[in-house]
Amino acid sequence: MKLSRHVISGFSLPKLTYRVWKVWHRDWDVFTKTFKVNFFPPLLEPIFYLLALGFGLGRFVQPVEGLSYIKFIAPALVSISMMYSSFFECTYGSFVRMYYQKTFDGIIATPVSLEEVIAGEMLWGATRSLISSAIVLSVVASFGLISSPLAVLVPFLAFLNGLMFSTIAMCFTSIAPNIDFFNYPGFLFITPMFLLCGTFFPLTELPPFMQTFAGTFLPLTHTVNLTRGLIFGNLETSLLASLVWIAIVTLIFFILSINLMRRRLIK
Amino acid sequence: MDRFRRNLMSSQVLIKAENLSKRYGDCLAVDNISFEVFKGECFGFLGPNGAGKTTTVKMIHCVLPPFSGELSVAGMSVFEKPREIKKMIGVAPQEENLDPDFTVMHNLLVYARYFDIPKIEALRKAEELLKLFQLEEKRNVIIDQLSTGMKRRLILARALINEPQILLLDEPTTGLDPQARHLIWDKIRSLRKQGVTIILTTHYMEEAAELCDRTLIMDYGKIIEEGKPSDLVKKHAGEEVLEVDFDAKVMKTLQKRFPEARLEVLSERIHVFTSKPHGVFASFLKESSSRNALIRNANLEDVFLKLTGRRLRE
Repeated sequence: MKLSRHVISGFSLPKLTYRVWKVWHRDWDVFTKTFKVNFFPPLLEPIFYLLALGFGLGRFVQPVEGLSYIKFIAPALVSISMMYSSFFECTYGSFVRMYYQKTFDGIIATPVSLEEVIAGEMLWGATRSLISSAIVLSVVASFGLISSPLAVLVPFLAFLNGLMFSTIAMCFTSIAPNIDFFNYPGFLFITPMFLLCGTFFPLTELPPFMQTFAGTFLPLTHTVNLTRGLIFGNLETSLLASLVWIAIVTLIFFILSINLMRRRLIK
Repeated sequence: MDRFRRNLMSSQVLIKAENLSKRYGDCLAVDNISFEVFKGECFGFLGPNGAGKTTTVKMIHCVLPPFSGELSVAGMSVFEKPREIKKMIGVAPQEENLDPDFTVMHNLLVYARYFDIPKIEALRKAEELLKLFQLEEKRNVIIDQLSTGMKRRLILARALINEPQILLLDEPTTGLDPQARHLIWDKIRSLRKQGVTIILTTHYMEEAAELCDRTLIMDYGKIIEEGKPSDLVKKHAGEEVLEVDFDAKVMKTLQKRFPEARLEVLSERIHVFTSKPHGVFASFLKESSSRNALIRNANLEDVFLKLTGRRLRE
């Protein structure tokens, strides 16, 4: 009986308090201090894509699903910004804070628990997604590529999507032996999604088994579906399935990532 | 009545460990140790690298869970009340973990936030600490641009932001020059005077002798000796030590002359330890023709080396 509570490796639901936001606040403080570096790349990058793919390549492409090519890829660029900003925040960013800067060690010596540190990091990743996608959304809007007022809901979606990618990223961080490790998920998970999840051509162009695979296992597919739905105002019932898919995956990886990080850091 | 007395007693004991162990895989880093730290004292954990000092300290401030045994701080178990315990402790870790993304001032303010200290209060406290540790001019400097000594001072300042009742200092002066070391020693002494309970790990015996009321010597995860530094020196190294350059003839003479003494050869010098009182070596020194003979006071380093041996650990 006495020994049972000493066993720590067990899988459990995280116990979180408002202190999660203190960790979030720390990351927010750093972000606002380096505002210019954080603001301009996400502003300029989508412009390059729109110029190269939209105007350049788009001239040779016939309308896709009844849309001009530049219009078709616009929601994808917004979705991709959600994925990149949150995934890289909770892989490279969190790894640097955990491993090189020992920031987590400093925080857990205070009343904030490790579980709250990890949760705060992921909420911050979700916030990065919100910020980046809002910037890209405004670029896309300035090009006149938005046709529904529902687009104002995109930042909310971005937070949820960002949280999903953050929780998946944090699982990779929990098992990363070193920072170069992130090349694997970067090239083998993120890049294929960037190219194949209904981003630059419709999912239906893929072979049937690939369509099923992308729809079942690749999160960006659902992100793109939902973003496109909001930006063009076509709310189909299939979008509800995507939303549920994202919610479930987020919940699973949220709990999993915190448990994996606890196993890594509390020996 | 009995209960009242027990309460009074336990209010004196601030930290209590019973049969405490910590295991990493197959390695038993802390092996069934028991100790008590009293309120207001400066308590030192001594031991070679890898003895289990840092692990013990980390269990006290609830970042490492014990494998078995009991550990309580101010009557609260580390298993049940980690947050309450962490609230009353300030930690200066061995490994520098200041936040490099912030300036000196911001490091203190962000840390204060983790303790729920309101902003105005935090600012006031941070100003006070910067002054105390002579870092006022560095308030807007990024951590990377601080010297090792300044970083150490800032870590100590940060550990005090929550006005802790217990201060855990894990090798607070490792790698510092004598000036910086003395400044930190002064601060530790004055904190102790203010009633802060201090737990210190170190492998500088001079530091332990200077600062600690009681020390505990650990090796291979076990406690091998415990007591006041001066008592330990008396018990294990006597009062005086005679040192002479090594020479086989001198060695024989010494053995004959001080039959009860313990002779040790260390870097070409003979060290003679005895339990006899002051003055026992004086006549020998007068007669001796051997060069570089000297008598010095026994110290904690003699005790440490006697108890933990001379073999390198890592």
